Amino acid sequence: MHTRYATMRSVLTVQASKLPEEHPMQGKGSHYMAVAIQIRNLTRRFNDLVAVDNISFDIDHGEIFGLLGPNGAGKTTTLSMLSTMLKPTSGSATINGIDIEQDEDGVRKSIGIVFQDQSLDEELTAWENMDFHGRLYRIPADIRKQRITELLNLVELEDRKNDIVKTFSGGMRRRLEIARGLLHHPSVLFLDEPTLGLDPQTRNHLWQYIATLAKEKGITIILTTHYMDEADRLCNRIAIIDHGKIIALDTPKNLKDGIGGDVVTIKSPDPAAIVAVLTEPWITRTEKHKDEVNISLQNAEQHISAIVTLLTTHQVSIESIAIHKPTLEDVFLSFTGKTIREEEADHKTNMRMYQRRVRH
Amino acid sequence: MDIIYTIWLRNMKRYIRSKSRIIGSISMPLFFLLFLGFGLNSVVQLPGLGGNYIVFLIPGMVAMSVLFTSVFSGIQIIWDKQFGFLKETLVAPVSRLEIMLGQTLGGATTAVLQGFMILVLSVFIGLHILSLTGFLLAFMFMALIGISFTAFGIAIASRMEDMTGFQLIMNFVVFPIFGLSGALFPISSLPAWVGPVTLLDPLTYGVEGIRYGLTGVSQVNPLACFAVIGSFALVMTVLGAFLFRKIKF
Repeated sequence: MHTRYATMRSVLTVQASKLPEEHPMQGKGSHYMAVAIQIRNLTRRFNDLVAVDNISFDIDHGEIFGLLGPNGAGKTTTLSMLSTMLKPTSGSATINGIDIEQDEDGVRKSIGIVFQDQSLDEELTAWENMDFHGRLYRIPADIRKQRITELLNLVELEDRKNDIVKTFSGGMRRRLEIARGLLHHPSVLFLDEPTLGLDPQTRNHLWQYIATLAKEKGITIILTTHYMDEADRLCNRIAIIDHGKIIALDTPKNLKDGIGGDVVTIKSPDPAAIVAVLTEPWITRTEKHKDEVNISLQNAEQHISAIVTLLTTHQVSIESIAIHKPTLEDVFLSFTGKTIREEEADHKTNMRMYQRRVRH
Repeated sequence: MDIIYTIWLRNMKRYIRSKSRIIGSISMPLFFLLFLGFGLNSVVQLPGLGGNYIVFLIPGMVAMSVLFTSVFSGIQIIWDKQFGFLKETLVAPVSRLEIMLGQTLGGATTAVLQGFMILVLSVFIGLHILSLTGFLLAFMFMALIGISFTAFGIAIASRMEDMTGFQLIMNFVVFPIFGLSGALFPISSLPAWVGPVTLLDPLTYGVEGIRYGLTGVSQVNPLACFAVIGSFALVMTVLGAFLFRKIKF
């Protein structure tokens, strides 16, 4: 595992050193753009369904940006518009300063995409799939060959390069698609649910690649996911999207801190006493329940010993103490009043009703 | 050109690998040739057309092979849609026209190869190639049929979401085109009122063109054949390209 990772890193360094000449956009000195993607009032309607509702934000160069939300929230629609596959109803967006509507080919050249659904030719080998892509993007033969080898090494598929994709596992296919998406050296990479349906081990592995890529190649990555923990670990910033609207956008830490920090739950036969004792200024809120108290505070682990000491000196008996760090799931809950799963169930009924209406 | 070649190349790779498809689509015209040909050879009289039914049937079966393979190749775009591969192609910075032309040429090439195999097998059951010119002429007509009906398949596939309509198209469009084309019988032997209908069928001109090239006799002037099937190929390509452009992701 360790040695594998090492080869991966060295390949990346080689590629990173070549970046300037491949990316005229980045080599323009004063015109160097810190903003990779600029989205202004982007809206997309499907008849009376507003899939993406007037969203605006910027994504910086080299950033890993997560679009988080339940199925049907508008994530894929947003990506489709940014990758020129779908025309916006209104609003605009630029990738590296190139307008998505005015210069489709310009945008297409500078982006790489890994679609939510598989998009490999199963009858071709891994190499042939890569080669097809390289030819489509008009990469000269010698460079194409060299890059394919590099990238297949990167995703550890070099030894399977002559095998037909049909024989590949889900994780291998995903890795091949990511390698393919990088073949034409895009400056922005779109990953639409890249780990959907993969086992946890493969998922971890894949995220490692993605993180390394963003860091060493300076690629801007915009990804959609509904795995909250993954988004939390990987993304520099996250936009939570629901019903086509951005309901929150910040770093994972700020998002979590924003909803009131940590929660310490103390079980005790005398919860009233706890509320009476704990009046320290660093406690934002105490909430008494039947046999437990929920205490909201920042950085709970630093204060836990103080809490225990206070309660012991006042001879309040403690049955158990639990610290709960807020997750993005809690963030989602606090912004929408629903868990992401409940939202998904809602969306499914909505979509079904919508489809029925369209059909009749 | 390079993009057209890329798409064509992919089609060739897939074709060479699909052994069962190659065998499968040869078998049908071959069985027709053997059963109908040998079965009817002694009872069918073809005055003025060489008199030998098998030799008459061979160009028809070559055309049949090209027709079915090319329609099928065109319709394969639906699979690319369903397996997601089409997205990969459509999102690349290339024009839809190039993709469509590559697909058409790829489909036409596989179709011509299939027809060529029937042609080669036919030599063993009585076909005498008259001249190189005739052979090349037949080849050209095969290519035109191939282009026409691959483009036709692409046009249909561009409007279809899945394969459920495929059987319908095969039974109600492609089979009548085949049946009315004079591949199985001389069009002059049909009742007077069907005759004009066969002349509306573009494949008639393809079959007659191949027949002229291979056997030296045909019921339609070969130049007329070329003019009609050539124009049809052009119209289908334009239609296919137009509808392919409108495919949504």
